[in-house]
Formats: sequence, structure tokens, C-alpha cells
Amino acid sequence: MSIEIANVSKRFGDFVALDDVSVSIPSGQLTALLGPSGGGKSTLLRIIAGLERADSGRVDIEGVDATDLPPQKRNVGFVFQHYAAFKHLSVRRNVAFGLEIRKRPKAEIRDRVDELLALVHLGQFADRLPSQLSGGQRQRMALARALAVKPTVLLLDEPFGALDAKVRKELRDWLRRLHDEVNVTTVFVTHDQEEALEVADEIVVINDGRIEQIGSPDDLYDRPANEFVMRFLGPVTKLGDRLVRPHDLLIATGPGEPGDVPGRITRVTRVGFEMRVEIDTADGPVTATATRNQFAGLNLAVGSSVVLRVTPDVDAGRFDTDRVEVVGAQP
Amino acid sequence: MADRTATVRTRRGPLTYVFRLIVAGYLVMLVAWPVALVAKNTFADGLTDLRTILTDPDTVHALKLSVTIAVTAVVINTVFGVGISLLLVRYRFPGKRLLSALLDLPISVSPIVVGLALVLVYGGRTGWFGPALESAGLQVIFAVPGMVLATVFVALPLVIREVVPVLEEVGEEQEQAAHSLGAGAFQTFRRITLPAIKWGVVYGVVLSLARSLGEFGAVKVVSGNVLGQTRTATLVVEEKYLNFDKGGAYATAFLLAMVAVACIVVVSVIRPREPR
Repeated sequence: MSIEIANVSKRFGDFVALDDVSVSIPSGQLTALLGPSGGGKSTLLRIIAGLERADSGRVDIEGVDATDLPPQKRNVGFVFQHYAAFKHLSVRRNVAFGLEIRKRPKAEIRDRVDELLALVHLGQFADRLPSQLSGGQRQRMALARALAVKPTVLLLDEPFGALDAKVRKELRDWLRRLHDEVNVTTVFVTHDQEEALEVADEIVVINDGRIEQIGSPDDLYDRPANEFVMRFLGPVTKLGDRLVRPHDLLIATGPGEPGDVPGRITRVTRVGFEMRVEIDTADGPVTATATRNQFAGLNLAVGSSVVLRVTPDVDAGRFDTDRVEVVGAQP
Repeated sequence: MADRTATVRTRRGPLTYVFRLIVAGYLVMLVAWPVALVAKNTFADGLTDLRTILTDPDTVHALKLSVTIAVTAVVINTVFGVGISLLLVRYRFPGKRLLSALLDLPISVSPIVVGLALVLVYGGRTGWFGPALESAGLQVIFAVPGMVLATVFVALPLVIREVVPVLEEVGEEQEQAAHSLGAGAFQTFRRITLPAIKWGVVYGVVLSLARSLGEFGAVKVVSGNVLGQTRTATLVVEEKYLNFDKGGAYATAFLLAMVAVACIVVVSVIRPREPR
């Protein structure tokens, strides 16, 4: 295990940012810390980096107790949401910074910086100032800068949060490929469940200073540990007492099978390839989605009577009722 | 920001020109015309007055003394000013707001009060701390150390008030990035923080230098105004003026004003255009 966090707590005044958090982050993988804003995920990342001190608990990085080490002794690479580019230094000098601090020979620095600039496709921008780069380029520069010192772990705090949707998506794919190439243990913070599901090997869901669930993207999506995780990872609707994803609901006509829920269609919305169908049942409104072709085959309209059932092989949505939360619901 | 200035510039009604005229007239009557008259009086007899004061050993001594005191005070204020700014912006500690309020005191208190207060503390015979220093061989009041002290006091907030907003705007992330890349506190300061606040420091230094050269009240009280020893350029101006040597007074005043103007011109020339 690469990063071991044991019983870490952190308060800011009265606000509890982290409440007795323990988690192991595996070596060589890309791990996402996912959760809503103010949930404590950035604080946890900053504690790993040493930019914040835990009030109690212990942090081990690759078997070394880092709890009391200052950030400059931890050998971690940190990438900030707003890039934290050294504005007065050229792209080349930015990337070289960590190596210059380590007093490496000039030739070695030059070679390593060239190699990294090629890796992040910024070779032709080496002599520009950060202010002459776009947001995506600045963030790639920041990544190269963090990787230059061959860090034990690479930490990214909402790395794509300040970029527009298209660049964000490009960089997301690119980060995944970069990680497969460089293979350094990487932890990134995000509040975007799609980003976490798409990029990460493992996801740690953090909310209200506590860990809700740890698992692979499949685990989290198919077997969420509680209602919060289920709601946070994607759209949900309620069928009777059960939470389900709208795309896991089957719409059928006719008498149906035992256990089916009858209802009447109140509204049909088309969003691109997807049909969003609102159905009034005895227990309240339910939303189901179907592809356009499926829906057309059923020959339905507003006012039609239908029955609903959950796709048979879906497990998600059955929780122990000791912790049911409705906060942080995602649309 | 660029858009906003652009829209303001396009709106040029007659009212704009009226406002401009008022502002320009105000500045001419208050600043430009009086200063220009000093220059005019200085050169009323050609270069005679300037030549006279520059060959008078006492005046030359006073000018040198002014520069020495100002430069010393600026160095002290820059070092402490940057340090206190970092303390105020980057750290949280009890009494921070009190400290911040206290730093404005030198601007709000009359310099003459500053001078009297310093005499009360460091005065050679009756001061609270002065006799002890004097017996250790250090005379503060009626000597150069006291004059530096008074100048440091009155110019204290200038560097801080320039540097604090710049530090706040730059933020902490670049410094944190430097730490995570292995830089220690001093390396981070020298390589990252200092270049980022450079222009704030330069402005603070220029303002402090101008203020220090022109200090009159506090220095007058603590210096004793001894000719050829503790008489600074500003005191020479007053002395000459009171002794009906108007030409000498204007010439010295002109030199003082020129140094201040030169400072500001140099900075505005070397300062790069804002890249943002």
C-alpha cells in the first residue's frame, strides 16, 4: 500500500472537515477522491501533501511516516486547480524548478525538462511565459513541473475544474493515458462523478468529513453502499420504496407480471437519443428513461397506462435503512 | 477590466471635458503652479543660487546627511516592511488586527508628536531609556541615530501598505507549489515570493525615499538642528528662509523636489506594462 491514512481528523474552527478518516491508497493506481464541495476531499489531499496539518491521525507515504514532515521533504507532486504557475518564469524554468532546487547538473536538467515538455506536448512553448498559455496548456505545464522531480505520489486538486467542458474532457483522457505511461501513484480530487467514473481505477467517496465508500467504478455504480453514494453517482428515481436508476426501469404495457407497478404517463421529454418519461404511480411520480427506438416500439403517449419494473439483474438501491440520507441529491 | 476602460473611453460627452478641466485646474493650482514657482525662483538669477548652495560646505553636508538618513531609513523600512507584510498576510495570530491598526499610527500622528515621543524615550538626560544608552556610549537624541529612528517611524507604513495588497493578490498557491517541489522557506521567498511582489516593494521604496528625504517635523525635534552636524536639507530650507536667504531656500527646496520627481519618473519608466 502506497499511502496509508489512519484516523485523520481536521477541524477549521467549528467546522469538521475530516472526522476520523482512514483509507489506504494503492501503489501505481489512479485514485479519485470524489464528493460534494466542502465534504473534506481537498483537505485530505492537502494533508497528504503536507500543505495542511491533521489535528490527529497518521499519514504514511510508501512506508515512511510523513505525519510531521514539511511538504518539501515529502517528495510529492502537487497540481492546483488554478495551476499555481510561477508567473515570472518561462515554461522551461517552471518545469525545471524542482530540479534546480535539488541542484542537479545543468545538462541533466535540460534533458529532463525537454523530455517532460515533449510528454505534455509543450515543446514549442518552452520559452513562453505562463500568461501566454491557455488554461489547458498551463495545467499541462503544472503537471510536467510536478512530475519533473519524480515524485513518489502525484496529487491533483480539482485539476480540470477551471477549464471549459471540451478541454476538460480532452485532458481527462490525456491524464488517463499519461498515467498508464508514467505509472506514478496518482490521487486526484473531483466533484464530477463522470470524471471519476471515467478516469479512476479506484474511487473514494467522501462526504461530510467521512468516507462513504471505497471501490472500483463498477462497484460504486452497481453496488453503492448507501443512498448517498447512489444519488451522487448518477440520476435516481424512486419506485415504491426502492431507489433505482431511471435507465434500469422497464416500461411495459398490458397486465404485467406480479410485482409490477402500474401508472399513467404524465409527460414525455426527448433529450437527444433518450426519452425521459414521467409516470404517476400510486406512490408518487417516477422517472424512467428509454432509448428512442424502444419507446417508439411501445406506441405510447401522454395519458397511456403502463406498468413499470426494475431490470431483473440490477442490485443497486437496496440499503440497510440505518443510514438513509437525502442530502446532496444529484438531478 | 480592459472592456470596462474601453466603454468608459467611448463615452465622451461635454460633461467629461468639464470634469477634466476642473481636475486639471485643481491640480495646477494646488501642485503644479506652486512647484513650478519654486523652480522659477531658483533660476531667477540663473544658476547663481544653485552654485552658491552647492559650494557652501554646511549645505552640502546637510544634503549628504539627508541622503544618508533617508537611505538608511529606507533600507530598514524595506526589510521590516516586507517581513511584517508576510506576517500580516500569510500567518494567523492573536492581535493581528491590532498590529495592523497600529501600523497606520505613524501616518495619522503628527511628526512633531513622534519627535517629542522619541525624546521622551531616548532623551540623553531625562529619557526613559536614553541615559542607559548614553552610558553605553550611544547618543540617540541630537544625533544621527535619533534622526534615522524618527524617519523610520514616520515612513514605516509605506512599504507595508504597498506590499500587503500585492501579497494578497498573488495568493499562497505559488509558494505552496514551490514547497511541494522541495523549496525551503528562504528559497521560496527568494525565488517565488520576492519576484512576485517586486513592483510593490519598488513602489514602497520610492514612496519611503521621497517621504524620508522630505521629513521635517520629527527630525527637527530630535536633531537639535546643529549646523554642519545634525542639520538636514529640509532644516536648511527653513533656516535659510527665516534668515531672508530666499534664493538659497528655493534652490535647496528645488533640489529636494527634484530628487522626489526623479524617483517617480525612474520607476514609471522602468516598470513594465501590466502583462495581465
